[in-house]
Amino acid sequence: MAFIFTEDQEQFRDSVSRFLKDKSSTPDVRSLMATEAGFNPDVWVQLSQQLGMTGVHMPEDLGGAGFGAVEMAIVCEEMGKSLYCGPYFASAVCAASAIRLAADSTQMEALLPEIIAGERLACLAVSEHQGVWSDENFSTTAVARDSGYLINGLKRFVVDGGNADLIVVVAKDDTGVGFYTVDANDVTVTALESMDPTRKLAHIQFTDSPAQKLANGGSDQLKLLLDIASTALANEMVGGAQTLLDSALSYTQLRFQFGRSIASFQAIKHRLADLLLELELAKSAAYQAAQTLASSALWCADGQAAHPEQVTEHASLAKAAASEVYLHTALECIQMHGGIGFTWENDTHLWFKRAKSSEVLLGTPAQHRERMLTALCAQPTDLKDSA
Amino acid sequence: MQSKQQIEAQVRQWLTENWDPESNLVEWRSMLAQSGWGAANWPEEYFGKGLSAEMSTAIEDVFAEFGAVGTAQTGVRMLAAVTLLEHGNHEQKRQYLKRILTGEDHWCQLFSEPGSGSDLAGATTRADLDGDEWIINGQKVWNTSAHHANYGLLIARSDWDEAKHKGLSYFIIDMHQPGVEVRQLRQMNGHASFNEVFFTDARVPRENIISTPGNGWNVAMTTLAYERRSFDRSRDNKRSKQKGRIFVELKKELDISNEPYTWYPQRAGRVDLIMQRAEETGAINDPVQRQDIARLHILSESAKWTAQRAKAAQKAGKPQGPEGSLGKLAASEVGRLAARVHTTMSVNDALLTGPDSVRDGVIAEILVSVPAGSIAGGTDEIQRNIVAERVLGLPKETRFDEGPFRNVQRNSAAKDSGK
Repeated sequence: MAFIFTEDQEQFRDSVSRFLKDKSSTPDVRSLMATEAGFNPDVWVQLSQQLGMTGVHMPEDLGGAGFGAVEMAIVCEEMGKSLYCGPYFASAVCAASAIRLAADSTQMEALLPEIIAGERLACLAVSEHQGVWSDENFSTTAVARDSGYLINGLKRFVVDGGNADLIVVVAKDDTGVGFYTVDANDVTVTALESMDPTRKLAHIQFTDSPAQKLANGGSDQLKLLLDIASTALANEMVGGAQTLLDSALSYTQLRFQFGRSIASFQAIKHRLADLLLELELAKSAAYQAAQTLASSALWCADGQAAHPEQVTEHASLAKAAASEVYLHTALECIQMHGGIGFTWENDTHLWFKRAKSSEVLLGTPAQHRERMLTALCAQPTDLKDSA
Repeated sequence: MQSKQQIEAQVRQWLTENWDPESNLVEWRSMLAQSGWGAANWPEEYFGKGLSAEMSTAIEDVFAEFGAVGTAQTGVRMLAAVTLLEHGNHEQKRQYLKRILTGEDHWCQLFSEPGSGSDLAGATTRADLDGDEWIINGQKVWNTSAHHANYGLLIARSDWDEAKHKGLSYFIIDMHQPGVEVRQLRQMNGHASFNEVFFTDARVPRENIISTPGNGWNVAMTTLAYERRSFDRSRDNKRSKQKGRIFVELKKELDISNEPYTWYPQRAGRVDLIMQRAEETGAINDPVQRQDIARLHILSESAKWTAQRAKAAQKAGKPQGPEGSLGKLAASEVGRLAARVHTTMSVNDALLTGPDSVRDGVIAEILVSVPAGSIAGGTDEIQRNIVAERVLGLPKETRFDEGPFRNVQRNSAAKDSGK
């Protein structure tokens, strides 16, 4: 299954790219990252309503554009390039996908149109402890009461937790893992100060917080949700790494020492060639993960859908690959800039910090390698052999 | 222009009338060469039909359908054929191309030298014109199948006062003559797939130059481009299992031409065996080794997808992106990591090569074969220069080899008398 973007997808990428160049320049990023919310609501409304980015992967009857995971990944890659600051990943990717996976049609109609239109911001609260995703060790509980539920527990490292109107939270009740929605007014949010100020994190304390249970959420949905989030993040990361590589290429050619550009030294040149190799490999993995995800149960009819374990294998493969490449490219980019690369004024550190926060978000590369291998071994032999 | 279906029908009819598994291999192929169906993408004047490569593939499929033997396509002979077709004169094409197709002649490539590996154009084997003959002196190395070859494709220096790339000429040399000595070269993995070839006043008739004196580098580019394209070509041949006298002869030919390549899958790292070995050794239950296995799976899958992306883009007529130039570097990485994972999983069993070894010594052979991958066909270092300069557009290396080649600094050990 060879991957290539269609003409329509390339055109869509161009329009996203042009918009972000205009609305998410580095000065924009620098000013937004210094604010508490960390995003520009006007730009958010434009990208949601004029460009339809928030609903590109969502069904048309709910206000989306009816495309799939590849188009979502294109948006993420372009946002990674420009280090876009805003709740796209939290609201449009994670929370909206969670609702689509777990809600029944009545719940979807009640919740998704506003989120897709960018009018209501949502976030997804899964991780506890060190921020590791796991469907086994939740201590957050849901207890039925009257027509709804009460949630108790602490969710940590929630992306854009402070910006959300609606929280999708994963908690356990007697029957196991479930998905619940909670109004942001019913929880206590603590904004976190993070080394990466371009991605806003919060802890959310639920104390007898009233909740509605989404009808169909369970372990399978949580697994696919992690695949979706990992694939989106992997594509965001290869976008960011591309910007870093471009920056290293341009700086090393401009910088003259010993009467020649430092890019003419093999000590630099060969490392840049290696970075290109690493990045292209990671891009292939990220694109393939998006393609496989596009044929997952969420976007594809039952008969033709990709095997769920293959979706997981490719998603975690891409997440592990992109994490390592992004951080390595960032460190090399700083090194190739020399002293200026260590200054606040130079932009490299902004991407370096995003690289680090992306590396650990949704689980470390080692955890994703383990998850990938488990998924690979769980596939039928004919699928494994074709790998 | 005939349609694909019309041509396929013609081939079917021709094969129905002529194909006989009990015929003699050379006689059958001579008939094929005369018919043009054995090399349909070659010009009609030279044993072909002047058809497209795509049509040619369709014809091969019809041959496969009949289980019919095609013309000889293995080994270095195809490098000779494409070079002659592009640069040879009419007499040379008439003389050599048919016997290439029939498999009667074996060819070898005489390019690399002990003193010029990455810097191929720095060759110092001499070619001096003496009346109607070129006199050849010097040494070549890494010559696959030279010990079976009747003819060699030789680049040698015919002018020492010209610049490096302009003083080379390209010759067809008869390997069976007193001034040519072929010695097999034993590799660190125990195989002897290559040779060293020594020339001491060997002779090449004047008419055996391809193109003109001094144009050897351009001609060599054609040979090398084809060699690179055929890098991944599969070498197995299922037809050799079929019944009939012709297949006995064919098997003999393929055994000889495939012999140098038996260790090539091991050179690439045998990723295909990793999961089986992980089960067999129990490494699949070890959390540390699982990380290494996973790293290898990520690398090899990403490399495979990158190659597919390049191919798909090419097919769609898009300009070549960076992904197309990275395959060889990626393959080196995959091989190295695979060798490490295999030998780590097998621990002491990885050392064994004899009757007590795992899977007939294949694990040990991986370890001692993988280093060739990042050297042969352009070292990783040369590949990085190519990627950096041609893909990323970074500054070219500073040159120290301009002006007359006579004055260029060379290996002090190089045995030439050019100075």
